[in-house]
Amino acid sequence: MGASFVPITVFTILWGVVGIVCPIFAPKGPNRGIIQVVLMLTAATCWLFWLCAYMAQMNPLIGPRLNNETLIWISRTWGNPISNHTGA
Amino acid sequence: MGSLFRSEEMTLCQLFLQSEAAYACVSELGELGLVQFRDLNPDVNAFQRKFVNEVRRCDEMERKLRYLEKEIRRDGIPMLEIPGECPEAPQPREMIDLEATFEKLENELREVNQNAEALKRNYLELTELKHILRKTQVFFDEMADPSREEEQVTLLGEEGLMAGGQALKLGFVAGVILRERIPAFERMLWRACRGNVFLRQAEIDTPLEDPSSSDQVYKSVFIIFFQGDQLKTRVKKICEGFRATLYPCPESPADRREMAMGVMTRIEDLNTVLGQTQDHRHRVLVAAAKNIKNWFVKVRKIKAIYHTLNLFNLDVTQKCLIAECWVPALDLETIQLALRRGTERSGSSVPPILNRMETLEDPPTYNRNNKFTQAFQNLIYAYGVATYREVNPAPYTIITFPFLFAVMFGDLGHGALMAAFGFWMCYKEKPLQAKKIDSEIWNIFFGGRYIILLMGLFSMYTGLIYNDIFSKSLNIFGSSWRQNYNASTLTENKLLQLNPDSPDYLQYPYPFGIDPVWQLAEANKIIFMNAYKMKISIIIGVFHMLFGVCLSLWNHLYFKRRISVYVEFIPQILFLTLLFFYMVLLMFIKWTSYGPTPGAFGSQDPAIVKTSAYCAPSILITFINMMLFKTDANTRPQCDDTMYAGQLQLQKFFVIVALLCVPVMLFGKPYFIMKEQKQRARQGHQPVEGAAENGTAGGAPVPSSGHHDDDITEVFIHQGIHTIEYVLGSVSHTASYLRLWALSLAHAQLAEVAWNMLLRKGLMSTDFQGGIFLYIVFAGWAAISVSILVLMEGLSAFLHTLRLHWVEFQSKFYAGEGLSLPTGSRFEVILDSAGPGRGVN
Repeated sequence: MGASFVPITVFTILWGVVGIVCPIFAPKGPNRGIIQVVLMLTAATCWLFWLCAYMAQMNPLIGPRLNNETLIWISRTWGNPISNHTGA
Repeated sequence: MGSLFRSEEMTLCQLFLQSEAAYACVSELGELGLVQFRDLNPDVNAFQRKFVNEVRRCDEMERKLRYLEKEIRRDGIPMLEIPGECPEAPQPREMIDLEATFEKLENELREVNQNAEALKRNYLELTELKHILRKTQVFFDEMADPSREEEQVTLLGEEGLMAGGQALKLGFVAGVILRERIPAFERMLWRACRGNVFLRQAEIDTPLEDPSSSDQVYKSVFIIFFQGDQLKTRVKKICEGFRATLYPCPESPADRREMAMGVMTRIEDLNTVLGQTQDHRHRVLVAAAKNIKNWFVKVRKIKAIYHTLNLFNLDVTQKCLIAECWVPALDLETIQLALRRGTERSGSSVPPILNRMETLEDPPTYNRNNKFTQAFQNLIYAYGVATYREVNPAPYTIITFPFLFAVMFGDLGHGALMAAFGFWMCYKEKPLQAKKIDSEIWNIFFGGRYIILLMGLFSMYTGLIYNDIFSKSLNIFGSSWRQNYNASTLTENKLLQLNPDSPDYLQYPYPFGIDPVWQLAEANKIIFMNAYKMKISIIIGVFHMLFGVCLSLWNHLYFKRRISVYVEFIPQILFLTLLFFYMVLLMFIKWTSYGPTPGAFGSQDPAIVKTSAYCAPSILITFINMMLFKTDANTRPQCDDTMYAGQLQLQKFFVIVALLCVPVMLFGKPYFIMKEQKQRARQGHQPVEGAAENGTAGGAPVPSSGHHDDDITEVFIHQGIHTIEYVLGSVSHTASYLRLWALSLAHAQLAEVAWNMLLRKGLMSTDFQGGIFLYIVFAGWAAISVSILVLMEGLSAFLHTLRLHWVEFQSKFYAGEGLSLPTGSRFEVILDSAGPGRGVN
């Protein structure tokens, strides 16, 4: 499928650290519970939100419909110079 | 477990205070603000309580202070803020000093004011007289003028002049009247005297001060000539009616001059005296302004203490006061300490006694908050105060609230503006707090500074994911889309679509957020974004609701409502999971299993076509068919009917189980309660588990009153309402989360319109005129961005988020039927709760 290993690992580990590792090291005191909840929920919501955006694009069903001027600009700046021979 | 997750455990305590120490002890407890006293003499009239006299004296002092404050405000003298800490409640004996001070100040001020008023009245009269003398001179000069003889003739009549000559002389009165009354006055004179009087008037240019209201009024001088006594009385009556002031005016010019001289000297004398009076008044007020805020606080504290003491019961021996109060169980020691301090201060030898009491009553709810969590707690309490020891949604709201807000407000630019504003308020917290700005709107913003900061930060994150900054995108990681059309296709076609099932798409997604190419695809950006945003709205919503239902499990476990776990929680979570979480799963399946196959672009191989975009089913139609046990005829012969093997059977099973959950929710609890009642009837009166069913008392002793022998129909009705609410709610609440998509779409579209209609025009203009144009256009764009997109859209997203929390989330577990223990501002709270009803004023 269209998923790649690197981004999924990087972001899952990133939010995993925030949501699982950091709460363990939350400072002791009356606010420890709150800090833990805050960290865990932040990680959960942010990871879920990233995951949905990623998965929604893993297997695109439609492609962007663009202006031809925009397409020429894309060719120039994002690579793939325009070829002159026929056949896309 | 931190206390924010549940409210504090409260205990009812009885307090014995020595009469002489009671005042000091209550004062210490008031500073602490942790204790809620109960009214032990609810039957006693407010006027018959023990400390009515003291409360009255405080009221009297407050009245005097308010009078002082009014006078200070009238003179525009700045009142000094209380330096540093609030003053403590003064000792009772200080009250007499305070009373004496206020009495003296008030009397002094009243005397000064009276004197000043008398002086001013005198001054006004003299000034008016001065003007009369000056203006009438003109009239008299005119009279002497022989060319005006004719007017005399008309007034006196032809024969009058002939008859006596010297005997018939004109009489006159002179006075001052309000300028706006002149026309009416003139008309009245003319009508009443049939045109036989002659009125002359002149305006006084400078406004005069009215001593009673100290307003500036414009007046006119008039003089009326007439003949005969009858007319004179009539004219005088009319003058009286119009509130004109008449002044004696000597007839001969020499007398008038002399009088004018006298008036001038008297005015000058008066001016000196008036100046001295004003100086004195000002000095008194300036001295009072320095202390007035301090005094206000002191008097209010004394009043609050006596109000509290009025709630106490007198011991039979009259030696000590008995109080009952709710106290957080963890703070008993702090309270003991405060009581000891109070006793020491009052010099009493007998220590106060604090007794724990057993009770069946519902204790008040008290959550220990800090400045960060308080704002979120207030959002929850705006809906309803948590029932005693119930799960408090506030700690979860700290993150879910900004997150849901940010899903609607996702824009890196607008989020950064909001976060910057929030950060500034948090960073400058102390100086801003010290300023004590009175504006209500500012106070709302400042009270919610941590919410604003978090909302801004989360909006920045969601903005990054949406790849949306003022409706433009960032290409950080390099887009996954390429352009492969050749030159001729590009020149011939205005719009061209990239095909994901070709090398146009690199076959791996943009690693963080939405691909930047979509912001450029003006033709079908909305189609793609809508599909994506609608799906995430439902996904987030279902997770949010599931979380809410799980919190209800925590409540059931805590209150030991075992039956509720089986017949409420389990069917509820099954219902939600089997129907709506299953729909979420379908979305993920659709995302992963339909799309292009790398290496086989455009292949007609049946196996590949089955997983291609062509065969992707609609989730909504699938879900509707699942609920209706229906299958649509397959219109695409190359595709499978289902998304996976055995889907139809599994879906039927899910729906049937979910529907079976409804009668369990509906009849489960009433059935068990009935069963228990029967059992109890057989075994005699013993507290059983069902008692805790309605019980709010978790650890507290089970109420042994027989109120659960109530009519069983009530239980049925109650449960019926709850079940209908939950089942219908699941559908409507899931749909309700689509507001996340709707508002997000609206925000993105508005931002795009603002960019295209304004800033784009400015950016495309050329030359140095273009620079000036851009400068103006940028101002407009920035103003619209801040006022409409950040403020208005922010407010609307905030309200929608609030609704999602109050209705969709909290309805799953939160009863919110508690009574709040007044927290925070200590003494003021006591006064508020004492209220005007119980107060003596």
